[in-house]
Amino acid sequence: MINTDNALQEIADKVAKGQRLSREDGIKLYQSNDLLSIGKLANLVRERKNGKKAFFIVNRHINHTNICVNRCKLCAFGRDAGSPGAYMLSLDEIEAKARQSAGENISEIHIVGGLNPDLKLDYYVEMLRRVRHVLPGVIIQSFTAVEIDYLAQLHGISHHEVLATLRDAGLDSLPGGGAEIFAPRVREIICPKKIDGEKWLSVHRAAHELGMRTNATMLYGHVETIEERVDHLLRLRELQDQTGGFLTFIPLAFHPKNTALEPMGLGTTTGYDDLKTLAVARLLLDNFDHIKAFWIMIGPKMAQVSLSFGVDDLDGTVVEEKIAHDAGAETDQSISRQQLVRMIKSAGFIPVQRDTLYNVVEEGF
Amino acid sequence: MNKLSNVPALLGKAISGDRLTLEEGVVLLEQGSLLELGEAADRIRQRLHPDRRVTYIIDRNINYTNICVCRCRFCAFYRQMGDADAYVLSKSLLFEKIEETLAAGGTELLIQGGLHPGLNLDFFIDMLREIKKRYDIHIHSFSPPEIVHLSGLSGLPVTEVLARLKDAGLDSLPGGGAEILVDRVRKIISPNKIGWKQWMDVMDKAHRLGMKTTATMMFGHVETSEDIILHLVRVREQQDVTGGFTAFIPWSFQPRNTRLGGSTVGGAEYLKVLAVARIMLDNIPNIQASWVTQGAKIAQLALSFGANDFGSTMLEENVVRAAGVNYRIALREIQRCIIDAGFIPAQRRTDYTIIAEHPNLRAI
Repeated sequence: MINTDNALQEIADKVAKGQRLSREDGIKLYQSNDLLSIGKLANLVRERKNGKKAFFIVNRHINHTNICVNRCKLCAFGRDAGSPGAYMLSLDEIEAKARQSAGENISEIHIVGGLNPDLKLDYYVEMLRRVRHVLPGVIIQSFTAVEIDYLAQLHGISHHEVLATLRDAGLDSLPGGGAEIFAPRVREIICPKKIDGEKWLSVHRAAHELGMRTNATMLYGHVETIEERVDHLLRLRELQDQTGGFLTFIPLAFHPKNTALEPMGLGTTTGYDDLKTLAVARLLLDNFDHIKAFWIMIGPKMAQVSLSFGVDDLDGTVVEEKIAHDAGAETDQSISRQQLVRMIKSAGFIPVQRDTLYNVVEEGF
Repeated sequence: MNKLSNVPALLGKAISGDRLTLEEGVVLLEQGSLLELGEAADRIRQRLHPDRRVTYIIDRNINYTNICVCRCRFCAFYRQMGDADAYVLSKSLLFEKIEETLAAGGTELLIQGGLHPGLNLDFFIDMLREIKKRYDIHIHSFSPPEIVHLSGLSGLPVTEVLARLKDAGLDSLPGGGAEILVDRVRKIISPNKIGWKQWMDVMDKAHRLGMKTTATMMFGHVETSEDIILHLVRVREQQDVTGGFTAFIPWSFQPRNTRLGGSTVGGAEYLKVLAVARIMLDNIPNIQASWVTQGAKIAQLALSFGANDFGSTMLEENVVRAAGVNYRIALREIQRCIIDAGFIPAQRRTDYTIIAEHPNLRAI
């Protein structure tokens, strides 16, 4: 059938030929309201790369502390030390949480937290050793680039050294958090104290050089422009060309509630924006294998629809998510494997339970 | 290859304005992909509504009682007489709600309730007269099960009940109680409710008395694809005869707190059914998105899947105690969704005539 939006025709031709899209193409896609045509293009790429497969993972999140020196305006999770609600899990508590998961057949543990000046590298090393001991077969995907950089600063050592030390203690992979939007103009407003985009990228480069696979994210729906989103994607594509170390790209919808940005009167993202953002990412990031819709952020209904808009991964059965929920995410804390499988199948896709590296854990549901 | 399984050909047929059969509708629902169904529905929506307007109505849903003898298994609202939280709304509270509605720019009252064994026809005639005496507002009220219930209580035929209610001020009927218009399904989910023929008969009589109505469908429980399409075909056949349906409103079963239980359908499944409804119902002008059951995000997406109307602002009792604020946020959110999707928001009346376009967001 015909594209109703002629501006997309040239892009459609490029996609059909498998050619790389330009910055201008990305902007044009974002500006278009022809949601279904954008979806069709993204779906074409999705099917080329992943067929009808829809991946998910059974994992557990642990947020070891919400004490954070950065106190980003985008965040509803961070607290000052000593303020009400501030917490820090002891190593014993973390070990106990990991032990609880031992019977749950999880394949990944996802530990991220605030920048807490009381927690030095030895705490992290010991945490990893204990988790590794309790969950020997489980992939530890933990600590964002922001946390890695903070540890490097606390100890006056390089990113490379921090990562190598943590890797030796059991760290397998880095999650993609803290990327937000790379544009300095935006970071000045939403997270002025956080490391800049260059540093975020250099931590991931270092991790890739050490042979670790990592994820990448983009927090959208606050003060950024379309151009700034596209530039963010292109920076990721550029690094991926060089290292090939990224596994998955995960756009994160901004939730304004309880954040310092709430008084600006920002709404939550719209359904069109969520789907366009996922689809444009699928189209621009031609060197990423996977695009993930994090159902916690956009809700299971949207996540199911997104499978037709470029998404091939729905994250997983998350236990105990705090960061998005502190910012007013109204989704449940966890979703059962059965629910995920049903959701995927009834949308016409093939559910595949994966591990962090997209190895098949189980299929044929 | 079976010629029925050719989804693109069937969609091409529908886009060019040809009617699809029941069998063809089933093929679409079972074999069509979300995107191809959406694309066809969107093109049909563009043909029927080329003005890029998306409409909504400011109205209030008033439930006069939750006492109901029907006790459907999919329902979380009904109570029995004597239950601690059973209620019948007083006239003064009803008037207060109407005044709030008018103050908010509302033009319609959607008055519905349970099938109360003690509230007879005179109660409703009096209610309608008292409202019309005081207020200039469209009364879009009483779904077919309530009309049949009143017919039973009064011993009067359905036409007579409708005529008397109309005379007292009833302007149009909502399409509730349709659930799935297949008796096999109704026996399971709502065994005490009227059958599909009775539901349709009330609509037929209402249309013949000059009253417009809507039609709804509640899916996502025990029905099959055939049941969904049969429902659509039955509505379409009635529309051929009387032409009184203004809109079709599908929504998905909400299992929380119901005896039927189970899980709700996903967003993709909702959008598929919505698109197939737009494709099949060639004689129904408007398709409503249900933001109350699907959330604002999916309702917005529905605008690319055949819907041209965002339904009602649904000033519900508990939501609007302090009248203005919550309501204005709901309205602003509806307008924002419509504008963000590239359409022009327009407030409409019950009959889909336009009151005003609102191309810019209204301040809170």
